[in-house]
Amino acid sequence: MELELSSDQKLFQTSARRLLEKEYPLDRVRGLKDGEPRWSRDWWRQGAELGWAATIVPEELGGGSVSGEGVRDLVLLAEELGTGVGPGPLLPVNVVLAGLVEAHGTGSDHTDTIEALVAGERVATWAVYEPGGEWNPLTPSLSASRDGDGYLLDGVKDRVQDADQADLLLVTAATPDGPAQFLVPAGTPGVTAAPQWSLDLSRTFNEVTFTGVRVGPDTLVGEPGATGPVERQLQIAAIVQCAEVCAVLERAFAMTVQWGFDRYSFGRPLASYQALKHRFADMRTWLEACHATTQAAAAAVQERAPEAATLVSVAKAFVGERSLLILQDCVQIHGGIGVTWEHDLHLFLRRATLDQALYGTPEDHRLRLADLATPDL
Amino acid sequence: MTETESVESFRLRARAWLAVNMPRLADVPPPASDEDDIGEWLRARELQKKLYDGGFAGICFPTEYGGLGLTPAHQRAFTDESDGYEMPLPLNLPTFAICAPTILDAGTEDQKRDRIGAAIRGDEVLCQFLSEPSGGSDLAGLITRADRDGDTWVLNGAKTWSTSAYAADWALCLARTNWDVPKHHGLTMFLMPTKAPGVTMNRVRMVNGSLEFCEEFFDDVVLPASAVVGEVDGGWAVASRQLFHERNAMGGGSPYVSGKRGHGGMSHVGPAAVAAALRRSGDPRVRELVGRGIALETVARQTSARVTRAIASGALPPTAASLLRLLHAEVSQLNDDLSLKIAGSSAGFGNAETPGVTGKAGVGFLMRQGGSLGGGSTEMSRNVISERLLGMPREAALDRDVPFKQVKRGR
Repeated sequence: MELELSSDQKLFQTSARRLLEKEYPLDRVRGLKDGEPRWSRDWWRQGAELGWAATIVPEELGGGSVSGEGVRDLVLLAEELGTGVGPGPLLPVNVVLAGLVEAHGTGSDHTDTIEALVAGERVATWAVYEPGGEWNPLTPSLSASRDGDGYLLDGVKDRVQDADQADLLLVTAATPDGPAQFLVPAGTPGVTAAPQWSLDLSRTFNEVTFTGVRVGPDTLVGEPGATGPVERQLQIAAIVQCAEVCAVLERAFAMTVQWGFDRYSFGRPLASYQALKHRFADMRTWLEACHATTQAAAAAVQERAPEAATLVSVAKAFVGERSLLILQDCVQIHGGIGVTWEHDLHLFLRRATLDQALYGTPEDHRLRLADLATPDL
Repeated sequence: MTETESVESFRLRARAWLAVNMPRLADVPPPASDEDDIGEWLRARELQKKLYDGGFAGICFPTEYGGLGLTPAHQRAFTDESDGYEMPLPLNLPTFAICAPTILDAGTEDQKRDRIGAAIRGDEVLCQFLSEPSGGSDLAGLITRADRDGDTWVLNGAKTWSTSAYAADWALCLARTNWDVPKHHGLTMFLMPTKAPGVTMNRVRMVNGSLEFCEEFFDDVVLPASAVVGEVDGGWAVASRQLFHERNAMGGGSPYVSGKRGHGGMSHVGPAAVAAALRRSGDPRVRELVGRGIALETVARQTSARVTRAIASGALPPTAASLLRLLHAEVSQLNDDLSLKIAGSSAGFGNAETPGVTGKAGVGFLMRQGGSLGGGSTEMSRNVISERLLGMPREAALDRDVPFKQVKRGR
């Protein structure tokens, strides 16, 4: 949560809040059935009209941000999404855009795709994880072997968000020239997406199989072996995650504080017990720290500061770990009702649990911090 | 001078003066030992005299008390420029950041002119006699007594945790002058010469060997009426200013601090240093621990910046400083834990007759709770956060609104 917002940013925030609240109150999220689509293309197009896929795209490619600091505007959106554990492809679309924009000017031209994504006419997602694999985006098993002037893709990706509703998949693959990314239309022969069970009620994930998928050289994003776009994609993914988790924590903590005042045991409110007050104090401290590190990381990514990679990993390591501590403490302070389906807490815990797992666990990011601090080893 | 010098002009003048007059850090030999640092204090007084003679001392203190009467921006500019030079850093805490501003807030004209003036000239060092051996977190429950005797006051009692009192000339000493009113209403602040007859001072040896703290015993220490700072029985208001200035200084917000604080003490050893010394920097288990330390330390810094900004803008109340206190205590504990873990089976063992890095990791671990105790325990911070920030019910206090003489005390 930013300390001060401009009036343009507030307007941007309010418009996003309205669209999310109208479509996805928490009760609707809780009631979503297995297999039911989590969001509609029409709804996403409305979001795109409000700028949800435009913030980190330069104006000459059809994008633009209200504050001139696109990453910070994206953080505002992610917070709105987090507050309501809302569905929708905010993370995958913006991550793909981050890669396309980063690679723009090298390799094939994807200007048309960028513009279509910004407009909400098309939806794309990042296929980076592989079954059983940990976070290792630069060493994919999915192979891209040469086939004439194009490539033949073979392998399996999983934990791909919204692949069943996406038009395009940004696929990491091993080419003879090093790791590369291909922008593959979802309808390409040989591509099949199957549902994959996940903890999060409001998001859909898929396993996507690539069997002898023939793609042209124009599907390549940037040059094989270039790592810049993947790093930028990771940074944007982590910032979106941290921001939405901050908002999740803000809401869950507020609910729990209120519960502390309202719930009486032995003739006194829970909030009067020092054993609990001290836990509230810890949670309040960590919550402030989560906001601080997320905002600092977002500012560094916005400015493309040299320490951006470090600060993103600091934020992801800290928010990923502390979010679970805070939320489980919220559950404990609620008592038994905190582990019932009817209560809202599990919706928040589901989102935070998957967010800490994806795009580098806290452990992965701590290792990365050590790598970045001592690059010679 | 009728018009204030611009910050830029002041900065350029400071840069030129520093280059000619102050020693460069690179040329200064490191201090000889941790044991007795009295030489460092004498050195600090010399350096302060240089600053004073050059017209760069007491930048934010009023001119009538020997300062320059300039703005915090001037002080920041000077501090920036002084980076790389030897500066009288020991005088920042508590003399300039806490004691002098408190005298400025609450002292008489004479006290301000004499004590602040002497400190700025480098002639005197100030310290605080606040905590007591019987006290702990309950500062206002102190029992050092000051009894009126004609025109003078007679003090009896004991103080402890007075930082660098051995190097000081004067102390701000809080004592009880009225036992018939509730605890906060019967206290008075005095300015006491640290070498007054009847003061016995010992240095307190900490588990890591540090001797920075002192304890004092008062046996019929006689002070004149002019030693009272603020009102008789109004000492809590003065102490509150002291605590305010202390928090401000800890959060890096004091305009009276001159020069950049050095990084870490000599005896302290961090996780990365232990890993490097043991050649374990390549072990992923160790790297994960090192990364954990980097993450939390960075987050604490980021949170300091955010909360300081929020307090300044009014987005958070001043009590939000307790969030930082709590987070810094956690950083300090984690660093000691990580160093010990990375030291593995060498933790607590030295090389031949010196502690070495792994021995120091062990010593650091002995002081692990230091950061959670000094300046008020983390339990008090948690009370402040839950009660003042979150508005939760206050802890029951059996001494509230009760004449102090009726309050139960331990022995």
